[in-house]
Amino acid sequence: MKGDFDVIVIGAGHAGLTAAICAAESGASVCVLEVSPKNVRGGNSKHTRNLRPMHESALHPLEGSYGFDEYMDDLLRVTDGETNQALATLTLEASANSVPWLKDHGVAFQPPLGGTLHLGRTNAFFLGGGKAVMNALFQCADKLNITVVYEALDIQLDVDNGVFRRVDYSHQGNTEHLTAASLVVAAGGFEANLEWLAEAWGDAALNFLVRGTPYNRGDILRQLLAADAVQIGDARQCHAVAIDGRAPQFDGGICSRIDCVPLGIVVNNQAERFYDEGEDFWPKRYAIWGRLVAAQPDQVAYSIIDSQSAGLFMPTVFPPVEAPSLRELAEKLGLPQESLSTTVDTFNHSIVEADFNHQILDGCHTQGLAIAKTHWARKLDKPPFRAYMLRPGITFTYLGVEVDANARVKFNDSTCTSNIFAAGEIMAGNVLGQGYLAGIGMTIGSVFGRIAGREAARHAR
Amino acid sequence: MQDELTQTSAPVTAPNLLPLYEESARIMTICNACRFCEGHCAVFPAMEQRLTFDRETVDYLANLCHQCGACYQHCQYADPHEFNVNVPRVFAEVRHSSYAHYAWPKGMAWAIRNAGRFTILTTLLATAFFLLGVTLSGDQSSEGVGFYAVISHNTMVTIFSFVGWLILLVWYFSIRSFWLTTALPGIFNIPLPVYRRAMVSILTLKNLDGGHGHGCYQQGEVASQLRRVFHQMTMYGFLFCFVATSLGTIYHYGLSAPAPYDWLTAPKFFGVTGGVSLLVGCAGLWWCRRSTEQAIETEDGGLGNSLIGLLFFTSLTGLALPLLKGTEYLAIILCLHLGFVLALFLNFAWGKFMHSIYRCVALLASEYEKLRQ
Repeated sequence: MKGDFDVIVIGAGHAGLTAAICAAESGASVCVLEVSPKNVRGGNSKHTRNLRPMHESALHPLEGSYGFDEYMDDLLRVTDGETNQALATLTLEASANSVPWLKDHGVAFQPPLGGTLHLGRTNAFFLGGGKAVMNALFQCADKLNITVVYEALDIQLDVDNGVFRRVDYSHQGNTEHLTAASLVVAAGGFEANLEWLAEAWGDAALNFLVRGTPYNRGDILRQLLAADAVQIGDARQCHAVAIDGRAPQFDGGICSRIDCVPLGIVVNNQAERFYDEGEDFWPKRYAIWGRLVAAQPDQVAYSIIDSQSAGLFMPTVFPPVEAPSLRELAEKLGLPQESLSTTVDTFNHSIVEADFNHQILDGCHTQGLAIAKTHWARKLDKPPFRAYMLRPGITFTYLGVEVDANARVKFNDSTCTSNIFAAGEIMAGNVLGQGYLAGIGMTIGSVFGRIAGREAARHAR
Repeated sequence: MQDELTQTSAPVTAPNLLPLYEESARIMTICNACRFCEGHCAVFPAMEQRLTFDRETVDYLANLCHQCGACYQHCQYADPHEFNVNVPRVFAEVRHSSYAHYAWPKGMAWAIRNAGRFTILTTLLATAFFLLGVTLSGDQSSEGVGFYAVISHNTMVTIFSFVGWLILLVWYFSIRSFWLTTALPGIFNIPLPVYRRAMVSILTLKNLDGGHGHGCYQQGEVASQLRRVFHQMTMYGFLFCFVATSLGTIYHYGLSAPAPYDWLTAPKFFGVTGGVSLLVGCAGLWWCRRSTEQAIETEDGGLGNSLIGLLFFTSLTGLALPLLKGTEYLAIILCLHLGFVLALFLNFAWGKFMHSIYRCVALLASEYEKLRQ
């Protein structure tokens, strides 16, 4: 052994633990450094619920097939070509093994959850969600005698000419040093670092809610970039959805979602509509609404429905603001009353009546509006009126380090073979340069976690 | 900004509820927006059929909950998250409250709320009653054989059939009031598959398998089948003893063959295997309760241990009886045994035993809802 351990992994999320387990199974001694306390471990992975594996035939719990070509089409469509084709191909092909690998490591799956039937063919849902996955992986790590250090604070990497030398961190008040033959960075993105986001988004970022862990501050990513690792993606690219404005600043997770946007109208704080709420089915469009709300004054918007929509969308964690008239609703929301009345009146008068059906792209649309609503347009005239305040909820960021097919981090002008490997969100931008595809993040973590663990162990030999 | 907009703790969906039910509604509202636990047990699919959670709904869902602990172990909103979601614990409290709420007559709710004291009191009184009866009647029942030499068959039958009918009456009213809060129609209007599926859940304790088949989470994050096994040893042990008693009745009246029976007869076989199974099952359950994760455990005033204790000691004294035949200890152990049995009978009506009945009704209701969808 050339150091204290063969392999050090930074970050104990799904990608990090996958790498640690694979490295240990290849015979390496492994230490995982995690910044969070044990009782909130698991990074953003504890909030996840599925991954998206390629499968040419039925793969429990998935029915039917989701072959390479269809998968690649989906990826190219959402990223608009912003992907490294070679790495994307590798990811999709290797994703076929993700479900069997997780099953072998104690993870159970289940059919799609209520309200997610549209993902039943493509996305394999974890029984109990991401925290159950993480518990299973931590149990595996334990059996493999992997050392996991929680609350490893202020981690400082010593990287010279693209080569990892040692890591310093403080733990329970003491400064510790560790060396290892290779390093895996799986420390996530920087979405919890609003100051960094503000560098790209301006002050608007200060109104973002973070759907995941407060520990993804991008400190490791910053250090690698400062050590001249090749950057991929730009800081404005992220997965952000419109969530309930009352969600906690961090870790609100899945239940802060608001699914009623296509059923009503969405206005900004001037009580003006700003985008076609009925453009397409919500699952296909919800990922754009984080950005849309972020572009509005004060990064806030209001989804307004009437009583006709009750029960047609997933239940929300917070109750809606409710009022018997639009005027009173505006008052409760703090919106200009005249303006809201005008917006709703104009909207109501522009509607072309048709048979409403929220399960198909129906014919209910508006006519003559500057901003049309192309489906599911119904008059808002059945009190009580209900509203949810929306804020941008940032889920993960895409700016990262560039890797090769062995998950090895690339450095500018390096003359050495790097011993640094990356997995998960910190390198997801290699495959997902922009846009969003449900379950792709965990898929990238699964594939590159396995590659990084295997290659880091190989490098250590 | 208005208060409604800045509210940061999760909401209450139904007004005017007791704090316990407010907390349940708050948690169910979070769970209903999350739904990650859907695959663990019957609670979550039933929850998803609803948008609001009033007292009746919460009682129903809580009685569906088997306290496997999976949803707590896997919850992204569990403590230290500010949502502080803990379904197994709040539902355990709701169940205790519901046993008292649906008790009949109303006045007997105190027996459930003070289960430990009630059990000790009834056991002591019942044992004293039998001891006193035996002492006062002296040595006069010489016409009986075995136990019946101590207390005549007719005396036992009189006492226990009186209590038996009382239990049936209590069950009728208790079950009826719980039943009416569920979606269930009359018992004859429930399709057979509903009974069949509920029966499978009961006989296999499906809802303690964690959804993945590896068991429940009583001690931390590793699933184990132990509690499920101990519970079923207790349940089947109890059913075997019930079969033994029923066979004894048939032998006595139908075949004119009164007890005691030889070791190789059917009543003895069911009685002894059932009794041993009860001993192991109850001891195991007691151990499970002691080692249950503190986070999902609640103080129940001796409710759980009283049933386990009564079953254990009824079984222990029952198994001891044939071994003590012809000794001076027979009379006192028989009185003790009958004291435990009588206290157990009272537990059937006003104790933890009722959990099995409410659980069965809740499982029936959940299967019925699934079929109707």
